[in-house]
Amino acid sequence: MTRITLDGIAHAYTRQPRSEKDYALRPLHHVWEQGMAYALLGPSGCGKTTLLNIISGLIIPSEGRLLFDDRDVTRLPTEQRNIAQVFQFPVIYDTMTVAENLAFPLRNRKMPAAAITARVAEIAAMLELTADLKRRARGLTADAKQKISLGRGLVRSDVSAVLFDEPLTVIDPALKWELRSKLKAVHRALDLLMIYVTHDQTEALTFADRVVVMNEGQAVQIGTPEELFEKPDHTFVGYFIGSPGMNFLPARVDGNRAYAGGGEIVLGAGYPALSEAVRIGVRPDFVTLTPGAGLKVQVRRVDDFGRKRLAHVSLGGVPLVATIPADMQSVGTEANVSFDAAHVLVYQNEVRVEGIAA
Amino acid sequence: MMDKPTNNRAWFFVLPVLALVLFSSIVPMMTVVNYSVQDSMGVNNFFWNGDAWFRDLLDPTSEIGARFAGALMRTFAFSAAALAVEVPLGIAVALCLPRRGWAVGLSLVVTALPMLIPWNVVGMMWQIFARQDIGLFGAVLTGIGLPYNVTQDPVSAWITIVVIDVWHWTPMVILLSYAGLRAIPDAYYQAARIDGASRWAVFVNIELPKLQKVLVIAVLLRFMQTFMIYTEPVVVTGGGPGNATTFLSIDLVKIAIGQVDVGSAAAMSLVYYIIILTACWIFFTVMTQLDRRRDT
Amino acid sequence: MRSVVGPRIALIIYLVALMLPVYWLINLSLRTNADIMSGMALWPHHPTLEKYRAIFEDRTWVHAFGVSLTYVAINTVISVTVALPAAYAFNRYHFIGDKHLFFWLLTNLMAPSAVFALPFFNLFYAVGLFDTVWAVALAHCLFNVPLAVWILEGFVGGVPREIDETAAIDGYSFPRFFIKLFLPLIANGIGVTAFFCFMFSWVEQLLATTLTSANALPFAAVMTRSYSASGMDWALLSAAGVLTMVPGAVVIWFVRNHIAKGFALGRV
Repeated sequence: MTRITLDGIAHAYTRQPRSEKDYALRPLHHVWEQGMAYALLGPSGCGKTTLLNIISGLIIPSEGRLLFDDRDVTRLPTEQRNIAQVFQFPVIYDTMTVAENLAFPLRNRKMPAAAITARVAEIAAMLELTADLKRRARGLTADAKQKISLGRGLVRSDVSAVLFDEPLTVIDPALKWELRSKLKAVHRALDLLMIYVTHDQTEALTFADRVVVMNEGQAVQIGTPEELFEKPDHTFVGYFIGSPGMNFLPARVDGNRAYAGGGEIVLGAGYPALSEAVRIGVRPDFVTLTPGAGLKVQVRRVDDFGRKRLAHVSLGGVPLVATIPADMQSVGTEANVSFDAAHVLVYQNEVRVEGIAA
Repeated sequence: MMDKPTNNRAWFFVLPVLALVLFSSIVPMMTVVNYSVQDSMGVNNFFWNGDAWFRDLLDPTSEIGARFAGALMRTFAFSAAALAVEVPLGIAVALCLPRRGWAVGLSLVVTALPMLIPWNVVGMMWQIFARQDIGLFGAVLTGIGLPYNVTQDPVSAWITIVVIDVWHWTPMVILLSYAGLRAIPDAYYQAARIDGASRWAVFVNIELPKLQKVLVIAVLLRFMQTFMIYTEPVVVTGGGPGNATTFLSIDLVKIAIGQVDVGSAAAMSLVYYIIILTACWIFFTVMTQLDRRRDT
Repeated sequence: MRSVVGPRIALIIYLVALMLPVYWLINLSLRTNADIMSGMALWPHHPTLEKYRAIFEDRTWVHAFGVSLTYVAINTVISVTVALPAAYAFNRYHFIGDKHLFFWLLTNLMAPSAVFALPFFNLFYAVGLFDTVWAVALAHCLFNVPLAVWILEGFVGGVPREIDETAAIDGYSFPRFFIKLFLPLIANGIGVTAFFCFMFSWVEQLLATTLTSANALPFAAVMTRSYSASGMDWALLSAAGVLTMVPGAVVIWFVRNHIAKGFALGRV
């Protein structure tokens, strides 16, 4: 049973960081709870791998403390941290059979043989490796090898956390879905703290209970997939999560009204007076083309995804993506859009501003 | 492996190599074959001698046969002794070499230096080094009371030749192993630490299997080279004391040039060459087998 | 990280042991014969460069040093030049007999010099190249050309085939592509190959001495000769020995960062 506490963890690869730019990871405070699955999500170079390496002990952070429960492990080597890790590429022991591979972490910790056999059988069953247990690991496919790596990560029941470093990169797209849902099921069955690094939002959102969205060395938002979707705290989260990303329009906000692209938009809440760099953000799902009422827009392009259709429109010169309702047959060059007031959010200097009253 | 296009015009690219190597290999080889089936009565007066030289050579009861068998056994024993020391030592040193930092270049240069010394200089250097009066090695061994004498005592001579070869060629095993070790991704070491593997377990389960391919090359190259050893023992011991360190190459040159017994020498050359070719073929087969296993 | 102190100490012990014979040679080369014979000394108490001066003032030694470097250079240039197109062909195409040819080339790498010494002598004597640098340079091609093909083939394989195809589509003629685009891409490989050719030609002495007598006698052979003639001039021998290490040490310093890579291809 472990809780991981990040107490002001920060890291710079240069000796003497001068500005924020020198930090690969900016100071971060957070607590990760036992039994939860977390995803570290962000583009390459956002600091997610640095954070993972700090937790696994490959990197000693330049600032802050890392606690496993109440034990300070900041400077402990990997082997004393009691964690498991699955890497981007399959790491298997060539000369061993699948069963021996899975048993290896347990054997090294002098677990009784009978217990090892039972646990290996259990994990192999979960990952559907039972039929291959007696085979040499070397001859297997990349997918199967990565399943062995996953299995070795999961086989110990006493670990503080299991870390995944983009483990599905080498897996065939068709099998990705399968492995991902399998991991999810394994997580529910095993009650472990899991930390999953990825740059793929679908992977993060389907796997994790909480997603840590990172950008430029900073954790910009930590929340459930719903929160990230419905209430992005930062414009980056709006852009990065969802496909396509959130619409942002430069606006003037006055109470519960916003003025953007020459039109008036009703907001779900009232706002204090905001001065600089104000924008409103709304997901394409909550901007709808309407036959009559609403703001007038020029239609630039229509994308048909089959299940849904999106219109790229221009609202007084500002580009915007809107949903086309299923019952609307044809779209001309001009249309009207309506905003779902409850889902129009207000941002100042890229950060979301909380409304005060309805 | 991707499929390569078939293009017989590629032969033109290979022609210069072919011409050059043919010139320096087939022509001399034919001379050897020629000598091996003829006998001579004085200069440039040859006649057909059939397989007589070969029958003599391969018959251990004949004088030349016994001599050949003796040299062959000594050569095999020497190869075995040298390999038994060089391969484990080479792997061990490769494991100790730094992987990054300023020390890498320096360590590699120092390690490789013995391989860049002309072979007779290596011999000369060790001849001096092993002397009891002016050589450090000989003086120290004698100083601690060992009966060490290269020119009189066969055991001393043997040990010295093996030590020279170890000194001279372990660097090759080291560099090969080091390159193999560097090719192992860091994730393997990290995974092993997380799995709680001991240093020994990392060596046995990760490093050794990944080194398999380079070690096959190292063992076979070292086998060929030790099997062909000539210059160092000639300079240091001259094949003695007696014929204790007379290996195949040395005997060959002694017979061909020392005794001008060209027929025997040629037959011996061919048998010798066939042994090496067989080893080379085994090596090639093992290598391609390993490649194939890796692909699946 | 695991403790690195143990391995470091082991490595230092090994490297020191490795350098001891070399150090001893340098030690002796800086002393006089009388000093050497008078007793052991772990370092030269009265260092002198007398013997080095003697070597540099003796025309035979200087000439021989030039001879050695010349045939090594000729051999390296020939080996690399002919091996380049062959390595390309072996890596990129299938052709009739390719595998057998490659195997046959490799067998020459394993050819014992002792077997070839006498026939080579006859051959080069017959064609009138005996006692020239060309005799040695060509003889060393026997093992250096196959070696160069083998090493370079690995480096050629490291260049994606798409580059060849792109160049063809961009309208490069083959020779222009090969020289302008391809060779710069495998420049490291050429360097590593040249290093190994240099090394094996520089250290080989059996063929080099068999094929020469006076004009083209290599440096190391002059050494052996003066060795028997001068009646144990230990200091002079040592100084000459030290000098034979210099070219190797210089060359290896330049390729130090690429050696491991050359070996990494599983070659040599």
